[in-house]
Amino acid sequence: MLEIKNLHVDLEEEDKTILKGVNLTVEAGKVHAIMGPNGSGKSTLSYVLSGKDGYEVTGGQATLNGEDLLDMEPEERAAAGLFLAFQYPVEIPGVGNMTFLRTAMNAQRKARGEDELSAAEFLKLVREKAKTLKIDAEMLKRPVNVGFSGGEKKRNEILQMAMLEPKMCILDETDSGLDVDAMKLVAEGVNALRDAGRGFLVITHYQRLLDHIKPDVVHIMANGRIIKSGGPELAVEVENNGYADILAEVA
Amino acid sequence: MALPQTKQDVTEARLSTLDMPQGASWANALRENALSRLRAVGLPDRRDEYWKYTRPDTLVQAQGPQAALFETQEEDELFGGVERLQIVFVDGVFDAEASDDLSGENVKIERLAEVSQTDIHWAKDLYGVLETRGQTPVARPLATLNTAMATDGVMIHATGKVSKAIHLVYHHKSTSSDAILHHLIKLEDGADLTILESGPAAARFNKVMEVEIADNARFHHVRKQGRDHERVAVTHIFARLGRESAFKSFTLTANGVMTRNECVIELTGDDAIAHVAGAAVGDGDFHHDDTVFITHDAERCESRQVFKKVLRNGATGVFQGKILVKAGAQKTDGYQISQSLLLDGDSQFLAKPELEIYADDVICSHGSTSGAIDEEGLFYLRARGIPESTATDLLTLAFLAEAVQEVEDEGLREDINNRLSGWLERRRG
Repeated sequence: MLEIKNLHVDLEEEDKTILKGVNLTVEAGKVHAIMGPNGSGKSTLSYVLSGKDGYEVTGGQATLNGEDLLDMEPEERAAAGLFLAFQYPVEIPGVGNMTFLRTAMNAQRKARGEDELSAAEFLKLVREKAKTLKIDAEMLKRPVNVGFSGGEKKRNEILQMAMLEPKMCILDETDSGLDVDAMKLVAEGVNALRDAGRGFLVITHYQRLLDHIKPDVVHIMANGRIIKSGGPELAVEVENNGYADILAEVA
Repeated sequence: MALPQTKQDVTEARLSTLDMPQGASWANALRENALSRLRAVGLPDRRDEYWKYTRPDTLVQAQGPQAALFETQEEDELFGGVERLQIVFVDGVFDAEASDDLSGENVKIERLAEVSQTDIHWAKDLYGVLETRGQTPVARPLATLNTAMATDGVMIHATGKVSKAIHLVYHHKSTSSDAILHHLIKLEDGADLTILESGPAAARFNKVMEVEIADNARFHHVRKQGRDHERVAVTHIFARLGRESAFKSFTLTANGVMTRNECVIELTGDDAIAHVAGAAVGDGDFHHDDTVFITHDAERCESRQVFKKVLRNGATGVFQGKILVKAGAQKTDGYQISQSLLLDGDSQFLAKPELEIYADDVICSHGSTSGAIDEEGLFYLRARGIPESTATDLLTLAFLAEAVQEVEDEGLREDINNRLSGWLERRRG
């Protein structure tokens, strides 16, 4: 599914190297988690994969089902099946949530050569998905993320994911700013999307989220590299002992 | 003070190409009066402070520039879904065949060309009156020229709620037309009238609309200026509002190498409301100027100015907006915002917001901003699969939304929004 080989990335403006050779393969049907201390490069990895400006790839590659991701525009990556749930979803005044969702869905379908959804089909689908995420009609009508609470913004990200049905989902600190109930709701939304054809990369600081979204593989990232990989027990180890032991062990 | 020779020359050169229409004695007198007022101030030139950001050359020169006709392609007729009475002018000349029957309930519609031939008419007491009042404190000589030389226009007298909108349709069929129209609109106590305007009108167009709004009357105005890019236009609206009356005007502009829209409003009765708004989308050698002057001369009146411009490829947008609050106009609520979205580094937006307040218990706010497209928002939309051009359009429409929101009627608002998204989409193609 997602294959990252020896990826090196610099920050364009500061001439600073952030990723120093990341290797990672996420198979279809699997959930991989990345944990790591602040500044280790986790969010940079998610931005580079989704095509945000401001980063320069100086080496390595990233493919999605064999297609070169790094060569595509952000919208092409989305149409190819990549989805990033943002750590800080962006507020877009003046653009209605429904208009946004429908435009996105139909743009992706069009890019893939599929028929666009009619207004009625779309409406039925969005109502159904929104209900399970406890997103009410009022929230759907409002401008994208404007005036949403932290929890509402994250639920809105998961709604977009549910509607767009991507193949590869990257969740960038989706648990940040969520209380326990909100986190459960978001995790349920994610779990509902788990299936044999879909891969997940869950970036988080805390093991807490991984209690709800059970990973198959856990990676520890530090200083721009993945320094250790293991099963779910690795997340428990981090929770109990912090990163110091692992960092010392690798050094 | 004597007029500088150059101004005299420019003014006389322009006048030499025009024949003053002749009619009843009152009309002739009003026109002669305007002519002498014009000769006293002269046509504007670029040394005038009020024309600092907009060069009046093409608007004042003896012969107007040529303007190619614009192929509107498959565009639907604007305001097609609205109950309306259409009055058609082709290059400034009334087209009786294309126009509807000019009769309606609670309204009397006549033409300046006919009215000015009759001895007794209400227009006698109003023609050029609001235009003259609008000359102080700032001269607006192109409006004075209009009062003197206008060949036609509509005289609308509304006495109650007028159920159909009156749609002034301006066609442009000659590449060298030079049209001057003067409309006079009078709303009696409690009247309610909607005026729609659309079309490019002429290669060069000078239009004045005087609107007298009595107590409790409501006036709505929605216009779309034509897309013939090479056309030049100067328009003035002069409005005077009575007690508890309302004036709401919205203008949509795309294309046009020269547009100067002036709006001069006097709030003379307590508790009146005046909203003026505009959305403009310009590309290349587009130049668009909104100049607004609102005078609060009564208590508890509310005024709003909302102007948004989207500029690219070196386009220029201008906003000069003033709120004057006279002594005694207590509890005035004045708001003014002008914003531009600059889609590249070549375009420019020049804004001159002004407040002048002589009352001590008022709320007045104004703001002006220029900005680029929000990169974070753009990336967010693209990350969801929306192509960059579509994402830019969505953000552009969102930017214009506050101005379009000023159109009160939902159907008309929808019309404007559809037209805007169609324009943005087609430009991409």
